[in-house]
Parts: sequence; structure tokens; C-alpha cells
Amino acid sequence: MAILKCAGLSKRYGSVSALEGLDLAVEPGRIVGLLGPNGSGKTTLIKLANGLLRPSEGQVLIDGREPGVESKKLVSYLPERACLPEWMSVQGLLGFYGDFYGDFDRAAATEMLSRLEIDPKRRFKHLSKGNREKVQLILVMSRKAKLYLLDEPIGGVDPAARDFILSTIIRSYNPEAAVIISTHLIADVEKVLDDVVFISRGRLLLNASADDLREQRGKSVDEVFREVFRC
Amino acid sequence: MEWKLDGEGPIWAQMVENVKRGIVAGEFGPGERLPAVREMALEAGVNPNTAQRALTELERQGLVYAQRTAGRFVTEDAGTIERLRRELADGTVRAFLEDMRALGFTREEIEQLISDQEGGIDNGDT
Repeated sequence: MAILKCAGLSKRYGSVSALEGLDLAVEPGRIVGLLGPNGSGKTTLIKLANGLLRPSEGQVLIDGREPGVESKKLVSYLPERACLPEWMSVQGLLGFYGDFYGDFDRAAATEMLSRLEIDPKRRFKHLSKGNREKVQLILVMSRKAKLYLLDEPIGGVDPAARDFILSTIIRSYNPEAAVIISTHLIADVEKVLDDVVFISRGRLLLNASADDLREQRGKSVDEVFREVFRC
Repeated sequence: MEWKLDGEGPIWAQMVENVKRGIVAGEFGPGERLPAVREMALEAGVNPNTAQRALTELERQGLVYAQRTAGRFVTEDAGTIERLRRELADGTVRAFLEDMRALGFTREEIEQLISDQEGGIDNGDT
């Protein structure tokens, strides 16, 4: 069964339509790129999937149920902006996450942190921007969730940090879980993706296997994206 | 091994091509164990499903065989490796000839250029 299912999903803010009649199903074991220009509805879709927003019309289901307290046990969410208590130490954040989420694997998180050579006693706000992003991703990926929603995980970090983030996603791969990565930096993520979903102005433009798309068009996903969204 | 995955076409097919070259170049010797799916995925920076598909395809082509628990190994059959070597060479030559014809070279000119170059390479290498 699809871990995420959207049917006729729409979200309007007053007269502005952010999502319009979106149909989408994501199966476990897939790494999906949610791709679109700025303002295309990527963040709105992710917020609807974790219950931070309510649909204006249509439905979004997580493992067959509407988002709510139960679905938060299944969904691990990396927001676009940091929302962790910044005064806490990295070590403190591990405890914080462990208290909130029963599926948090502290040993896995500690192991990933040690690879980064980040002192766990340092306060989160004293870390570099790149390291803050990495710590957040480690927290999110160290949960044994069914659905990972990563909103712009590689925006605003240097290429080395990007590589670390992508290899963390590959390393955490679990055939029972799906990963959705929203980004407009397609060239960087495309090798990691099973499927690509293009959205534009709140509508679904394309939903295909990344390799099928490359085969049919004889181009990289990045090139197809540039063609579809040419200004 | 160094993965080159920036060409056209599906990533899994590019991975197959990379491993084939590795086998012919002796980077993966006959009977040698290949990295496990996850390991290979991390090395190449690709999705594990993609690495899995590449390995399955190599198996289908008889270049790699699986042993139930121990992993996947490069074929030990010298004939198979020799055929693969020819196949890769044919592809390279075909692409080279297409390029040269597009530049307007005749067969004689191409042969002349090859022997000129070879002289240079031999002197340079030794």
C-alpha cells in the first residue's frame, strides 16, 4: 500500500491557489524527488502531508489515514527552516529527539555525528550553518520512520556538506520506508532518486521513474527540468 | 573504483558500463568479489535500487554470478571476459570512426593519423 496518497488534493490561501487537484501515490522503498521552481507548492504539499496544514479540498493519507497524532509516529520531517531549540547542545538534542520519538535510534545518530567530528557538547547555535544542517538531517534520518519528508535538505550548504547529506540519505535507505526530497537543485540529487515528481503552480506536471525519463528523453533529469520550466 | 556517471541514459546502465570496463581493465579480477549493493550505492553516490538493478543486469549478461550468502563475484570464464573486451573495443572504435567521418576524414587519412599518433605514444611512454 502507498505510504503517501494524495487524491484531488488542493490548498488555497484566500484567493491564491497553492495546490490544485494533486493526485500522487508514493510506495515504500522509493526515494522520490519533489521538483519544481520556487513557489510551485512543494512546501505546501509537505506541510499537508505532516498535518501542519489542512486541505481545502481532496485528501492526503499517510499509511491509509489522515495526518494526525498517529501519523507523526510514521513521518520524520525535516523542515525548510531549523525549528530546534538553538540553545541546546548537540548531545541535548539527541535526548530531546529520543524523548519525542520512540523510533529514534540514538546509537545510529551518535555514530553519524562522530563521523562528522562535531563535539556533542557544543551548542547548536554555535555550529556553522553547514554543520547545523547536517545535525538536523542526522536527527531526522536516525528515526526508523515509514516516510521521510525532507524539505530542501541541500539548499544553502557547500558541495562537501551536500555530499555528506546525500550519502546519509543513501546509508539510511530502508526498503520499507519512502523518502521524499523537495529541491530545485536537481543536478545534485538526481543520481539518488528512484522517481521524480515535477510540480508547477500547484499542479502535477510529470510523475515518472528517473531512469525511464533519462532513457526516453536521452537527457539528464536536470536537463528535462530546465526544458520543462524554461522561463 | 572511480565511478563516471555523468553521461546520458539511465544511471543503472552507466553503472553496468563502468563495471564492464573495470572487469576488462582488471580492476575487478576474475572471481573477485564485488561490493555489496549498499556499499556500491554509497561509493557511486546512487540509490540502492539503482545499484541493485545494475548488478542484476551484470548477472543477466553472465559477467557476474551470485553466491547465495557470500555476495556477487566476477566471472572466471576467460572466454566471457575476452568477448566483453571485444565488445567494448568495438563500441569505442565505432564511436571513433563516426566522429572522424563527421570531421570529414577518409579511411587513408585516419590510418595515417593513427600510425603518426602511435609513434608519438610509444616514444612518450617508454
